[in-house]
Amino acid sequence: MTKRKSYRRILEIGVEQLLKLSGALTGITILFITLFLFKEGINLFNTPEIEQGYGLYLNVNNKINTLTPIETKKVFDAEIANWQELGGKDEPIKIFRIDDLFQIYSEDELGENNENVSPKLSEIISKDENIIAFLPKQFAPKGSSIKELLAENVKMKDYFFGKEWIPTATPVPLFGVLPLMLGTLFVSIFALLIALPLGLGVAIYLAELAGEKQRRVLKPIIELLAGIPSVVYGFFGLVVLAPIVQKVFQISVGETALTGSLILAIMALPTIISVSEDAIRNTPREMREASLALGASHWQTIYRVVIPYSKSGISAAAVLGIGRAIGETMAVLMVTGNASIIPHSIFDSVRTIPATIAAELGESPAGSSHYQALFLLGCILFVFTMIISIITELISKAKKLKSH
Amino acid sequence: MKRIITISYTLVGLVFASNAQKIKGSETVLPISEKAAQVFMKTNSNQKVTVTGGGSGVGFSALIEGSTDIAQASRKIKFSEKQKIQESGNSVKEIIIAYDGLAVIINPTNKVKKLTKEQLEGIFTGKIKNWKEVGGDDLKIIPYSRETSSGTYEFFKEHVLSNKNYMSGIMSMPANGSIIQSVSQTKGAIAYVGLAYFSKSVQEIAVSFDKGKTYIVPSEETVKNKTYPIVRPLFYYYFTKSEATVKKYIDFILSPNGQKIVEEVGYIRIK
Repeated sequence: MTKRKSYRRILEIGVEQLLKLSGALTGITILFITLFLFKEGINLFNTPEIEQGYGLYLNVNNKINTLTPIETKKVFDAEIANWQELGGKDEPIKIFRIDDLFQIYSEDELGENNENVSPKLSEIISKDENIIAFLPKQFAPKGSSIKELLAENVKMKDYFFGKEWIPTATPVPLFGVLPLMLGTLFVSIFALLIALPLGLGVAIYLAELAGEKQRRVLKPIIELLAGIPSVVYGFFGLVVLAPIVQKVFQISVGETALTGSLILAIMALPTIISVSEDAIRNTPREMREASLALGASHWQTIYRVVIPYSKSGISAAAVLGIGRAIGETMAVLMVTGNASIIPHSIFDSVRTIPATIAAELGESPAGSSHYQALFLLGCILFVFTMIISIITELISKAKKLKSH
Repeated sequence: MKRIITISYTLVGLVFASNAQKIKGSETVLPISEKAAQVFMKTNSNQKVTVTGGGSGVGFSALIEGSTDIAQASRKIKFSEKQKIQESGNSVKEIIIAYDGLAVIINPTNKVKKLTKEQLEGIFTGKIKNWKEVGGDDLKIIPYSRETSSGTYEFFKEHVLSNKNYMSGIMSMPANGSIIQSVSQTKGAIAYVGLAYFSKSVQEIAVSFDKGKTYIVPSEETVKNKTYPIVRPLFYYYFTKSEATVKKYIDFILSPNGQKIVEEVGYIRIK
């Protein structure tokens, strides 16, 4: 008998340790992922703005010493075509890329191992005061008649408050995350505005009004909704919902923030319904009976007693729903049009953070500034969801205090 | 005992020498390589070819690291990538295995049937905003592009937009299929897709690269005889030192049988 007891005791200790270990492992993993994410992301601010391994070169007589990323982009897109606009002389800007060199000289003239590339480049730039050359560093033209534009690191201000996200722009990529952050919040909040009333309605119906039969049919259907893969929602949104939105609202494009919000609302419904239904069901029987005994109708009881009582549960449902919406990737990638503009109306196309990461991380060269910028986007998303879970935690704490 | 070891070494050596080769890179070239590898392995049972995607850039970095024998690419090797290969003391060989035409597509209800390169540049960089500026109805132009990471995006930027950046806030779609879907249901839309993906639900337009003198409609014919201007070659790249390993497969893809596969998959043969 005692032998068996001690055996059981050992087993119990073993299980206890195992549980402890798995808890510790999970904790360490989460910590590790977070550290990795932030480590990669923060590196962005130690990376030069200009494409890695390249530099911008000018004639020494040119007065310009620095260009902002936006200015550089405009110069290379020929939107700024005169040095005067940048504070220089009234002369047209001439853009020179390394490929232009191969148009002027044959491969033989440049030498077998490209040893003549750098001298030829120096020659070209020293002859022309109006040239701006975008060249690989290892062929940097040398000489007293040439200067390199100061290469600054990516600035926090440009990242967090930049209004343009063009990560593959040459020579200077633009990493302005403002449109992405606003796009993500915009879509998620609208999704919540659609899903919350609807979900609450269904929850009240299920908890208070539906008979056992209806409940038995409805519940599994709603749970099924949660099990559909998000890419299916996305496909449905693109093929069915987008044309409907386009026709109903008479707009030129169907892939809008509204389409995204609608799809996200459908996806967030199961969470909102089941969490708020639980909250409503948890209203003590005595409170309900007291209300009815006082002569209140069924509806008055729901409206005045049940809903106020389960308010914190419903808020938790809303917060969980918005959490689901913020992190959703695939469905949003397919239906919102992914245009990185700051949304002004619900009918604009938007680009969300998860969609951006999913679409771009695969092909961005490891370790490049684009790669780091995407990691930093991951950090932003992490902070968003962390704030949301803290709010959920606070709400449920408030609920506990109240019920005591 | 020693003999057994020698024999097993030779056997192991034989297994590896039976030409296992790896192809990695562009998603555009992927269907050709997959099909070709399948047929090739059927006829040459001692040869093994593994094909993986990942994108042109991924293919090149795998080639440089030595984790693939052939890099498949939908764009020419970049200057910096070539430089890295030269630094490692290797030289790279380039082979064109097929051509792919890029069709500019619009909604079938749109009356515009032709555009010049300059007009296309204006539209995709955001300077031309309404269809009436290029001879169509008073309708907002909605340009769609592929995601920034795709080779198609880069090619279009280099050859049609003369290296200028796309307008900021352009609609971008994750795949060719969704581009076709969106263009077919959006009246003012314009986009570009590989000819292999072209479908009847959208309208292709004739383009002119000589300032409006001649307009060419994309078709198998015009891509093949090179009159259609937006054509890109699809490449295989390999180190000259590994030529012996990959030669048989390369010969196969360039042979009439291999080129038939190219055509079956929807691209244009080289000869």
